[in-house]
Amino acid sequence: MNIYDLTIHELKDKIAAGELTPAEIKNAYSDRINEVEDSVKSYITVTDQLADQGLAAYEKKKDGLLAGIPIAVKDNMSTDGIKTSCASKMLENYKPPYDATAVEKLSEAGAVIMGKTNMDEFAMGSSTENSAFFNTHNPWNLNHAPGGSSGGSAAAVAAGECAAALGSDTGGSIRQPAAYCGVVGLKPTYGMVSRYGLVAFASSLDQIGPITKDVEDSAIMMNVIAGHDPKDSTSIEGKKEDYTEYLKEDVSGMKIGIPEEYFNLDFDKEVKESVMAAVEKLKEAGAEVETVHMTDASYALAAYYVIAPAEASSNLARYDGVRYGLRSEHASDVSEMFTNTRHEGFGDEVKRRIMIGTYALSSGYYDAYYLKAQKVRTLIKDDFDRIFNDFDLIVTPTAPTTAIELGSKSDPLEMYYTDIFTVPINIAGVPAMSVPCGFDSNQMPIGLQLIGPHFGEGKIIQAAYTLEKLLNIKDKRAEL
Amino acid sequence: MIDKKDVEYAAGLAQLKLDEEEKEKYTEQIGEILDYVDKLSELDTDDVVPTAYTVPMKNVLRKDEVQESLPREKSLANAPDEKDGQFRAPKIMSD
Repeated sequence: MNIYDLTIHELKDKIAAGELTPAEIKNAYSDRINEVEDSVKSYITVTDQLADQGLAAYEKKKDGLLAGIPIAVKDNMSTDGIKTSCASKMLENYKPPYDATAVEKLSEAGAVIMGKTNMDEFAMGSSTENSAFFNTHNPWNLNHAPGGSSGGSAAAVAAGECAAALGSDTGGSIRQPAAYCGVVGLKPTYGMVSRYGLVAFASSLDQIGPITKDVEDSAIMMNVIAGHDPKDSTSIEGKKEDYTEYLKEDVSGMKIGIPEEYFNLDFDKEVKESVMAAVEKLKEAGAEVETVHMTDASYALAAYYVIAPAEASSNLARYDGVRYGLRSEHASDVSEMFTNTRHEGFGDEVKRRIMIGTYALSSGYYDAYYLKAQKVRTLIKDDFDRIFNDFDLIVTPTAPTTAIELGSKSDPLEMYYTDIFTVPINIAGVPAMSVPCGFDSNQMPIGLQLIGPHFGEGKIIQAAYTLEKLLNIKDKRAEL
Repeated sequence: MIDKKDVEYAAGLAQLKLDEEEKEKYTEQIGEILDYVDKLSELDTDDVVPTAYTVPMKNVLRKDEVQESLPREKSLANAPDEKDGQFRAPKIMSD
C-alpha cells in the first residue's frame, strides 16, 4: 500500500516501529496533493506553513494522539492567520484572529494540518457545487459530485490527500459526502464537540465531526476533538469517554431497529439491497434486528427547511461589510453598503435560505412556520427517544442514491431531498455515522447510516467496527 | 402561496438587493419550498411544547472577571476600513 493510502492508526504504528518518519509521511501526502489535486480539487487552501509548523512541533508533541498525522480541515473552521473563506466571496480574504477549539485540539495532539477544504458556501448545499470558487470532484468518478457540504474533506480523505479530515454536519454534511466518497463520517451528539470558531450556519443543528478511512480512525479523532469547552455554552459537560474501547468485533444481542417508513421511501434499489445485505450480516453476527415504525422522514425534512434557514438568516446578518469580510466598493451611503455588500458577497443558495428564514421569522408568519417547526422537532425527538427505549441502534441508508453527477440537479427541492435520511438525526440531536457497505453497478460507494441515542457514539462505533470487519471492503481505494 | 411582494419584503428585511430576474426566480423557488414545508400542518401539534435544543441545556454562568481578549491590532486586521484604531464605516447621520 502507498503511504497516502494508510489510516491514522497504521501511520502511527509505522512511526512507532521506526518504519516511517513524520517528515516522510508529510512529504508523501504533499506529493499526493501535487499529483491529484488538479483533478479532484479538494482544497481551497493548501497550508504548507501550518503543515511545516506541525512537523516542527513533532518532538514536543510526539505523545499526542495525532503526532505527525496529516489532517485536513473544512474551510468553515477558524485557523489563526490562515484564510477561512467558507467557500464564499464574502470571506474570500478573511483571516481569523484565532483558532477554532477543534483546530486547536488537533494541533495540541500533534496533527500536521495540510489544508482547508472546499465546501458548499456557508455549508449550505449537498454537492459542494455551491462553492463560490470551484467544484470538487468525486475521486471514484471525477464526473460525479463528492456530496456536501463537507465535499472537499470527504474527497481529500478518499483521494489520499490527507489521512483524515474534519467536517461539519447541519443536516447530513459529514455523512452524505462520506457515503458518496466511500469513507467513514461521524456526526456526534449535538454538543459533544465545541463549535467555538466554527462559522455558524444553524446553531442548534451544527456539529463538527471526523471523516476518516476507517472506524478505528473515527474513534481516535473523537478522542482528540470531543469534550467540554467553556467557550461554547452549548458544549456538554461531563466525563470524556475513550472511544477506542468500543473497537470490538461484537454485536451479539445488540438490538437494531429498521424503520419501515424510511425504507418505504422512493430511493435507489441498489442502495436498498446493499444496506439490507449489510443488515443481514449484522444479524448473522448475532444482532437482533427488528422492523420499527417512525414518523415519515419527510416531516423532518420540512421542519429542517424552516429551522435551518431561520437560524441562518439570523447568523448571517453579521455580514454587513463593517468589521471583516467583503465591503462593496459601490456604495454612497451606509444602507447601500449593506445591501451591495450582501448582493455581491452571497451566492444564490445562501440568498435563497436567508430569505426563507427571514420570511419564516417575520411578523405574522412566525407561528405558522417557525413555532410549528419547533413543535414538530419535539415530535421527531420523542420518536427517536421512544425507539431508543427498546433498541440500541437504528439503521438506514445514508443517502437515497450514490453520488450524483456534477450539474445534474438544479432544482433546490430536488437537491434537498438527497438529505432525507440524514436530516432527522440533526433535528433530534442524536449521533450517527455513515460507514461504507458496498458499491453499486457503476462501482460508486454506498453508505449505511448507524444512528444511536444521545451520547451513544460508543455503540455506533462498535457496530460500525464489526460491520467493517464483516464486509471487508475498507481497504478498497478510489483509483486516480 | 407567496408572491413577488413577499419576496421583496423578506429581501428588504434581510438587507438583500435583488434584480428583477432574481425576484421572479426566488418567488417560484421559495413558493415550492414553502409548499413542501406546508406538510407540517398535517401533524397535530396543539399540545406539543416546542424544542429549541435537543439535549438538556441550562444557563451557563461564569464569574464576571476580566479575561484575556484579542489585542486591538488583531481585531482590526480584517477591517475593510479603519481609522485611529477603530472600524470606519460610511456616515449614518447627515451633517
